Formats: sequence, structure tokens, C-alpha cells
Amino acid sequence: MATVQTTRGEMNEADLVKKEGAIETDREFTKWVEYWVDDELVHRSVHVHLKQAPALFPELEKING
Amino acid sequence: MANSQALCTSFKVEILGGVHAIGTPPTRATTAKDTFKAALFEATASLGAGTTTYSTSGEVTGAGYSAGGITVTNGTAPTSSGTTAYWTPSASLTYSNVTLTTAFDAVLIYNSSQGDKAVAVYTFGSQTVTSGTFVLTMPTNDSSTALLRIA
Repeated sequence: MATVQTTRGEMNEADLVKKEGAIETDREFTKWVEYWVDDELVHRSVHVHLKQAPALFPELEKING
Repeated sequence: MANSQALCTSFKVEILGGVHAIGTPPTRATTAKDTFKAALFEATASLGAGTTTYSTSGEVTGAGYSAGGITVTNGTAPTSSGTTAYWTPSASLTYSNVTLTTAFDAVLIYNSSQGDKAVAVYTFGSQTVTSGTFVLTMPTNDSSTALLRIA
């Protein structure tokens, strides 16, 4: 049986309400998972995948012209 | 043939490798690579281009998180493609079993071997974590998406 680390300690996943979500922008793809007991959030994990970082020193491109 | 004005691509790679000291170079205790760290900052902080060094001001606090953040895995040497030099940490940044209840939206990469000097700030959608894990997966290490790129 799968367990989840929560604010109440290790709990069986079957005893929790699971909520998941995701959002995608031009810079990141993010997923999160939450576990709830009644109205109490007991676990939230987030995975942010950076798609592209801004270039450093783009002004140097002018020199390369 | 004709000459063409350019910032040499090899120089860009060597900047990332610390080869050139145009200013007064720091005193290095060893010839080993520097250690870089990644610290998370609350959405109300004001990090940006003006950030010069790591500071705890505005840094997240919470169970399981140590001030200063975590060490960045640096297993890939800087390289280049075309005229762009680039480098990306070789592993995701993973903050395991933390509780960060105040919203955060930025990570500061800094050089803990050189006086905690700032390298770059990256922002993302505001998040909180509760008894969970925050993973920041790096972009593809290439000339168009790498974490550090000198174009």
C-alpha cells in the first residue's frame, strides 16, 4: 500500500484525497500534487521543469555582428 | 577571405571556465572547480540583476530547508555550439521533505567558493510546499535553452 509523507506523519494514500494540477508557460512546465484530509492540506509537492533560461549577455551579440 | 569582428566563442567558454582574469583575480585555495549553490527566495523578495551576493534576506524558511540552499551538481563542463557558450547543472535541484508555507518564486544560483557571489536568478510560478518535495528540473543543456548562455 502506497504511503505519503504528510504533516501528520506517514499516511496511507488511500486515506487521503489527492488533487493534481499542471500549468505550462513558455518558460516552465509545472506539476503539483496535493493530499488533503477533510479541509486540511497535509502534503504538497511541486515539480518545476524550466524550459528555457534567458540568455546572459545578449548584448554581446551586437559585437558579433 | 575577410576579417569579421567577433567575440571569440572559445573566450565565451573560457569565461565560464574561469580562464581569463581581466580584473584582479580572486585567490583560489585549490585548482578544483568552484562549488555553486541554489537558494530559494520568497515571492516578496527583490532579487534580480542587481543582486551581487547571496543573503538570507528574503530567503525561504521552513522545516527541512537549510539556509543557503543546496549544492548544484556540476558534472558537465561548459561548452559551445555555434557562437554560444553554455552550461547547465547536470542534475535537477531537489529540496526533499520540506515545508515552505510562504510563497516563493525564485532560485538564486551563487558561488559558495567565491564569497557567495551571485551568478543568476531564475523565476517561476509562485509555489508553496507542505511536507513534500520541490524539484526544479533544468532546461536542456544546449545553445538555445541552457541555464547559463553567453550568446
